[in-house]
Amino acid sequence: MDKFVQLQDVGMAFDTRQGRFVALRNVNLDIREGEFLALIGHSGCGKSTVLNLIAGLLRPSAGVLLCHNREIAGPGPDRGVVFQNHSLLPWLSCYGNVYLAVERVFGAKENRSMLKQRTHDALAMVGLSHASHKRPHEISGGMKQRVGIARALAMQPKVLLLDEPFGALDALTRAHLQDELLRIVAQTRTTTVMVTHDVDEAVLLSDRIVMMTNGPAATVGEILAIDLPRPRERLALASDPAYHAARNVVMDFLYRREIRQAA
Amino acid sequence: MPTHALSTPLAEDPPRRKPRRPAAPRLQTLDGLPPGPGRFNRSLHWLAFHGLPPLLGLALFMLGWQLLSLHNASLPGPATTWAAAVELFADPFYDNGPNDQGIGWNILHSLARVGIGFGLAALVGIPAGFIIGRFAFIGRMAAPIISLLRPVSPLAWLPIGLLVFKAAGPASIWVIFISSIWPMVLNTAAGVAQVPQDYLNVARVLKLPEAKVFTRILFPAVLPHMITGIRLAIGVAWLVIVAAEMLTGGVGLGFWVWDEWNNLNVAHILIAIFVVGIVGLLLEQALVLLARRFEY
Repeated sequence: MDKFVQLQDVGMAFDTRQGRFVALRNVNLDIREGEFLALIGHSGCGKSTVLNLIAGLLRPSAGVLLCHNREIAGPGPDRGVVFQNHSLLPWLSCYGNVYLAVERVFGAKENRSMLKQRTHDALAMVGLSHASHKRPHEISGGMKQRVGIARALAMQPKVLLLDEPFGALDALTRAHLQDELLRIVAQTRTTTVMVTHDVDEAVLLSDRIVMMTNGPAATVGEILAIDLPRPRERLALASDPAYHAARNVVMDFLYRREIRQAA
Repeated sequence: MPTHALSTPLAEDPPRRKPRRPAAPRLQTLDGLPPGPGRFNRSLHWLAFHGLPPLLGLALFMLGWQLLSLHNASLPGPATTWAAAVELFADPFYDNGPNDQGIGWNILHSLARVGIGFGLAALVGIPAGFIIGRFAFIGRMAAPIISLLRPVSPLAWLPIGLLVFKAAGPASIWVIFISSIWPMVLNTAAGVAQVPQDYLNVARVLKLPEAKVFTRILFPAVLPHMITGIRLAIGVAWLVIVAAEMLTGGVGLGFWVWDEWNNLNVAHILIAIFVVGIVGLLLEQALVLLARRFEY
């Protein structure tokens, strides 16, 4: 399906103390089923706002968002979100955090042992079976983010939304989790939208990269298709000219055309 | 610099900083200390800085008290007071009619009043705090009333209690209720208002029903704030009970203090002060322990 998620002339304005702030204007975007889409742009360009609009956590002040040809009227478990700061509930174990989501989505039609199995499967997929009884404060930042991914995927969402999921992690952990995500998405074929400011991450993971212009009133600047074959392998790509070409296009957009004003 | 097997742009990066090492040798010298005397020295050190000061403070306090009592014949010194306390606690649960009961009965009666008044305040104050914190409209409605009533001295409520309940016991419970309800309402409400938006976003994405939002997210997130409110409330309640009982009479520590003042038994008044202090300390510590169980 070519237009799985559609954004039609979406605009977003916030009322602040200094008056109305127009964050997004005329955003048009079609997301295909099963594709991995990255949203990239300088900070403050409204890429997280786009994600929150798709999630339904924000309502657009102009335009329409459709998911599966139905208007997005609010948040719902058909769009799983992995938050930037993991947002695990600290009083629940990793298992409890995932189970809460599983129970909510499948609790009505499945019995307890099936729900348990789903929870275990989700944690196993992110390689955290051994830590399922631990509380979030007992595990590392990378592990927390894995639990967040497990929680989102356990709901079997139509769309997986990732808001700079690896932004707070060190480079090695980040690379490791990117590889994991590549593997998981290849396995589940979930339509995925990821907000990032990391060019390498975007090129490595995506089918298409949506480059956003600088705010205020940001919009889609350019869309780049990444035709690198899958499965992708980090080390092999490092010497792949196509990889570097794609990388250069994004770099050129970010650092020449949309150069950020001195902060 | 070791060269990469793959000739990638990475290989042209500036040489990586050598891992810093100077910290290690110092750690080694610490570990190298002979274990016996080292550990002994350290525990001695700990004792000197943590065990000694409180003892020193108490000793100075006793000294000051002793000196004061030497210059003032009506104030019993520590030794006299201790002797009176030993005698008093030898038989804490005697009962010679309503105006002459053992210290144990007095403590238990005061605790019971605090317990009932405080319990009722928790039953009303904590749900009220949740509602005030969750619904901004109701919060704004309640704000002027709370701001107006909170600074009022609890004892000012005593006549109202006597008027309504027409008995001393319920009136002092009423005073405890009204004095301990504010910290619980305000802390619970503040806790609800401070629940991180991230947690509520999780609830929204999952579309959790309101009951689940409460049991899985709101209540656990607010619990630490709630316990702080309970701790403050029980402190206030215990402060107020002595004063309330002085005015209302009956069996209880406050009344006992006043009775012993009428008997001019100053040693017993001093004992009462220590008893009130120690019971208050124990209540506080119990709640600190409880709070520690719910730190995430």
